[in-house]
Order: sequence, then C-alpha cells, then structure tokens
Amino acid sequence: MRTSDHRPAALIEGGAVFPHRHLTGIDGLQPHEIAFLLDEAETWVGANRTHATPDKRLAGLTQINAFFENSTRTLLSFEIAGKRLGADVVNMHAAQSSVKKGETLIDTAMTLNAMRADVIVIRHMSSGAVRLIADKVDCPVLNAGDGRHEHPTQALLDALTIRRRKGSIAGQRVVICGDLLHSRVARSNILALTALAAEVRVCAPSTLMPPMIERMGVTAFTDFDKALEGADVVMMLRLQNERMDGAYVPSTREYRLRYGLTLDRLAKAAPDALVMHPGPMNRGVEIDSAVADHARSAITEQVEMGVAVRMACLDVLTRRARGVEGWA
Amino acid sequence: MILALTNATLACPVGGVTKGNVLVRDGVIVATGIVDIPSDAEIVDCAGKTVAPGIVDLGVAKVDRAAFRAGGIVRIGLMPDQSPVLDDPGIVQRAALIGKPDLWIHPIAAATRGLEGHDLAEMAICVSAGAKAVGTGKHWIADSGVMRRVLAYARDLDVTVIAHAEDGGLTAGAVATEGETATRLGLPAAPAVAEALAIARDLMLAEDTGARIHIRQVTTAAGFDLIRAAKRRGVAVTCGITPAHLHLSEIAVSDFRSFALLSPPLRAEGDRRAALDAIADGTIDVLCSGHEPRGPEEKRLPFTDSSSGMAGAETLLPLALMLVRDELLTLERLFALLARNPARVLGLDTGTLEVGKPADLMLFDQQAPWQIVGEEFLAEAGNTPFDGLPVQGRVLRLWKGGREVR
Repeated sequence: MRTSDHRPAALIEGGAVFPHRHLTGIDGLQPHEIAFLLDEAETWVGANRTHATPDKRLAGLTQINAFFENSTRTLLSFEIAGKRLGADVVNMHAAQSSVKKGETLIDTAMTLNAMRADVIVIRHMSSGAVRLIADKVDCPVLNAGDGRHEHPTQALLDALTIRRRKGSIAGQRVVICGDLLHSRVARSNILALTALAAEVRVCAPSTLMPPMIERMGVTAFTDFDKALEGADVVMMLRLQNERMDGAYVPSTREYRLRYGLTLDRLAKAAPDALVMHPGPMNRGVEIDSAVADHARSAITEQVEMGVAVRMACLDVLTRRARGVEGWA
Repeated sequence: MILALTNATLACPVGGVTKGNVLVRDGVIVATGIVDIPSDAEIVDCAGKTVAPGIVDLGVAKVDRAAFRAGGIVRIGLMPDQSPVLDDPGIVQRAALIGKPDLWIHPIAAATRGLEGHDLAEMAICVSAGAKAVGTGKHWIADSGVMRRVLAYARDLDVTVIAHAEDGGLTAGAVATEGETATRLGLPAAPAVAEALAIARDLMLAEDTGARIHIRQVTTAAGFDLIRAAKRRGVAVTCGITPAHLHLSEIAVSDFRSFALLSPPLRAEGDRRAALDAIADGTIDVLCSGHEPRGPEEKRLPFTDSSSGMAGAETLLPLALMLVRDELLTLERLFALLARNPARVLGLDTGTLEVGKPADLMLFDQQAPWQIVGEEFLAEAGNTPFDGLPVQGRVLRLWKGGREVR
C-alpha cells in the first residue's frame, strides 16, 4: 500500500533520481531513492567533520521549522542543518493548546505559505498532519515527525549509521525494541530497513505492539532474549514515563526486567552487534549506561548523522526551486 | 382533494412490488393497485417510475431539511446528542414540532440526564412531550447497573431503547479499527471486539429486563452473530446499519481521509462481508443514513483531530439500491429496512403503502444515473466518504401526509 505522494503531479516535480516534492514519509519511496538520500548525506558527513570551505547553497532561502510539538534535539538538528547550508532559519513554536483553540492547521499552513517560505519542516502530534499541510503549500515540506505515523529523517539517519558501521544494510538482522505502538520512529525505520532488505525483528510487550505489524514485513517478538539471538543491530526505543506507571507496563523496574538492554542481554546478540537509540534515553530503564556508553554503541554517531541527513534532504528538496541542472 | 399517482411501480414492504395507482385523500392512502381514478383527482403520471413509502431515517444527528427532501426522507428519529441534550420536555417538544408539516421529527430522548450515563432522565415526561424512543446517544453507558435500570424503566413505558454499542473502555481515544491500515498510518485504534462486547452486555440486560432494544449500528461479524442468536431466543432486539459499513472497509481511511472517519469506525473487509450477509438473511432490520453534516472546520483537520460522521441523507437511497442490484434484497424488503422497520422501532404505524396509512410517499427513478459529488450536496456540508462514486436512483417527488414537500 503506497500512500504518500499520491498526486500524480508529484512525479514530475523534483529530479529524476528523486521525483518527490515533499518528504512526508518513507512510505512511497523506492529503495534506490532512499539509497540516493543516504549517498547525498554521506558527502555532508565528511564536510561537517573537516569544517571544509563552507557550502552555502541554500543562501537566500527561508527555512521555517514549524514545531507544533515540543522537541529539542530534532529542532536543533534541523536548525543546524539549514544554517550550515546558508539558509535563513526561522523557528515557529506553536504550543498544542493555542493551535487547538485558535486557527486550524490549514490556516496556519496558508499563513506559512503566504510568508513565502522556501522549505517548511513540520512536527505535529497528529498522524497525517504533515501531509495535510503539504497539500496546501507551494514549497517542499519535510516531515519532522507526525503523531505515531512517520519520522523519515530519523529512519534515514539510522540507516546511514548502520550502513557506515556495517558496510551495508541488506541482510542485517535488526531488532527494534520498545514502545512500537506509539512510535513514529519505529514505523519509518521498519519501512526504510525492509525496503533496503534488512531482516527486521520488532519486540515489545503485547500492550505496546501494533496489531498486524507483521504485515509490514517484520517478525514480532514479545521475548526480548529470543529476539536478540544473532542480532546485528539492536535499536532501542524510548518509552515515555507516563506509559510505564501501569497504563501499558506495570512499572519501570518491571519493564527493565523484561526489555532493558543490559550487557548480559547484549551478549545474546552477534558479537559485533551495534547498539542504537534515537534519544533521549532513559538510562537504567530501556538501556543501561554500560551499554549506552559501550564501544558498540552508535548513539552519538546517530546524532551526527542526523545533521548530515537533514542537510541532504534540505538540499535535495530545494534543488528544483534553486534551478539546479536536471532538477528544474 | 384527491391525489392520484398513476401507472407506477409500487414498492410496498407489505404488498410487494406491483404495478398500479395510489389514491390519496385527506393525507391518507385510500386505494392502491388497479383502481379507477376519480375525475376530480390531481393526477401525477408515474410511468416508468417507482412509488414507495417515504424514508423513515432512524438516528440522524442533525435536522437538515434540504438534505432530507433530496433524499426522500419524510420522518427522522433525531439523536439525543443535540445542544442542548434532548433530556428535557421543553426541548423535546420543540424538536418534535419544528419540522412540521413537511418533515416529522421524532425525538429520541436521552435515557440518562445529559447523556452522562449516571442518572435516569425524565423519560416518561419526554415521551409525553413527543419523544418516540429513548437512547444512549453516540455513547455507551459504561455502568451496567445504570443500563439495566434504563432498560427496565423503558420497558415500563413501552418505548424502545436505542443503544450505541461500543465498549468505551476499549474505544477511548480511538479513531479507527485495529488492523493493518491503522497500524501503517499510526492511528489510535480500538479492536473490533469492542462492539461485540457492548452488544453482548446490552442484549443480556435487555433479555433479563424484557425491554425492547435497538442497536443503532452493528458493523462486525461477531456483533451480527450475537444479534442473530438473540433473535432466535426471542429477545426483542432490532439493529441497523448505514451504507458506509456495507460498501466501505477500513482501507477507505488510507491517505488520512477524514471524511471516512465514522463512529463506529470502518471495519475490516471480513466484517463488511458479514454485514452484507446480515442484510441478506434479515439480521439487519434498519438502514439509516447516519446523517451528520460536518463542515471544514470539523473535517479539514488531521485525521485524529477531526470529528466523526458523514453527510448521508442524499445518498441513502442510491447506496441502498445497490443492495437490490446485487440481489441481496428485493425492492419490497429494501423498503421494510428504509421505512416500515424504523417506523416500528419508533412505535409508528406507517412506512407502507397499505390503505389507511399516512400518505408519506416517495416517487423515484430507479435507473437515473448520477455521480456523488459532496460539493454539490444540498446538505449543510458535503462530507461524504463516497465522493466521486457513480450511482443510480434519484428521488423525483416527495409527499408527507399527501402534501408535496418542495
């Protein structure tokens, strides 16, 4: 089921290698298009590390980060990515209450559009909200997380991290463990990793497992120890505290007992297994500090890849407007 | 003054499908079939067209005259979830009167005060003010003790309790049915069993108290099984459905189409097929529009923030005729589901073409092709999940008590 970029017009926008106007999700992207974005991001990793001659290719463009839901690291990552490319970055924090009571999301979208943004980055607490806005504005829209639906740049940065550490993604056994029910990170990662031919296992207590998740091409486990057997990558998800006080899980310590990634547990995975976490971590709950700070942990590298991936996405999505050859 | 509808195909839930005339005098049907036309009659030639009882639409959310006129609806059972709630005799009486003479509104009074599910509402006083049934509105009464007292009290009054069957503990916050679509889209979802759970409890309480219960919308295979078994045991239960759950499944919410956000939500394909079976075998008694026009301020929102409901009045007849075309129903049985049965739930002696009944008549063209376009609806809003669908069957003229509704 392909649900993104449903308008045929989108096919002629953007360039031949990435014929999408927006990035609303991983759903709808072909494997080679995902790989293209990863290749583009790869070039920025080196540039970011060496502080080479600044490349201000987005100079003169206005990037609006419209965050309808609180965020620190994703907002910062998008802001840094835009600024490194020379864009004028403006952050709009819209508290949930004022938006719900006041103007509708579409009115907000029309307002942003009237301000002639060149690219809009959106985070919203409702699944599908980003696509609703994308349908209403003239510039590219980048999804920075919508409800429980998708968080495509997180999946891309995770894929890039795995590819750099492991050489390739195809055939890797990736275990995603945690609150899958409420996780947009999990959905985007499942779509991206299965598209790139990884073997994806998901693990959660049944209270936090989305029904029929197997239909997305993954194997579901409730026993973390079994899921970990032979894992090449262990991706832990954050579990919000309010979901661990009896609503979905009896307590944090009970959660840690069954799903906490300890050094003992990690031993069940492949000897060179990579440990990942999208952050922020609950140390001592879903992941022990000894694991988070282990040499096999790629957690800080994920953050670094995040900036590179977002630079790549901002660059690619604005190429058409900038008149880049082959994209205009 | 005599009105004569001549040369028509007559579709009557009791008399079957025949050819002939209908004579109306003083708002009442006085003769049907091959009968002589008095010389002073006003004649409407209905050759090639069909005359049927006007639709009795049980459980609409809003009074929307233009939509009801276009849809061939002459009477509505108005849901108690109004603002203010239909739990006060003054409000009930006003609702019962505002539609006349063209549209007869039969209020469904709130079974509990403010529809809050705690204290019994003044059901008897509301009935004397014009309510024709009592109901739980769009919500389930969570407290089984309260529901039992509602049913027992309503039985004393000889009125039907119209219930919404979704276990609120399972559906809290949900906007979709659990399944692949909801999982892929990341929509808060409730398991389909929420419906059967609620039906099972309410049926047991109805059986225990001897009350009459009508489940306004049943949409799952497990729900139909429970109703079927209860009917076999002799429980006084009836149930209804809207065309949405007969023609659409959860896949219709893909792309976050908020017009497909309904309550109860659209179900899996297997449940949709079970609904078609339940239409064919007589388990479902009532077809209703579920009419609930919602403007852009309530629908052009992210899916999870949108209000549920569809504008269904204008499309009820053509979508119901699809069931006849597919041979799940005969035309005469269709009008049992659209007119006679809902009238019975409300305790009304109407909904057929029998002599002596009110001349609530609809003239329609079974074949007339058209395309559903929400923006062209006469309803207060065009929120239809069937936008773009080609259909057949259009209402041409409508009479309420022998008086044409224009």
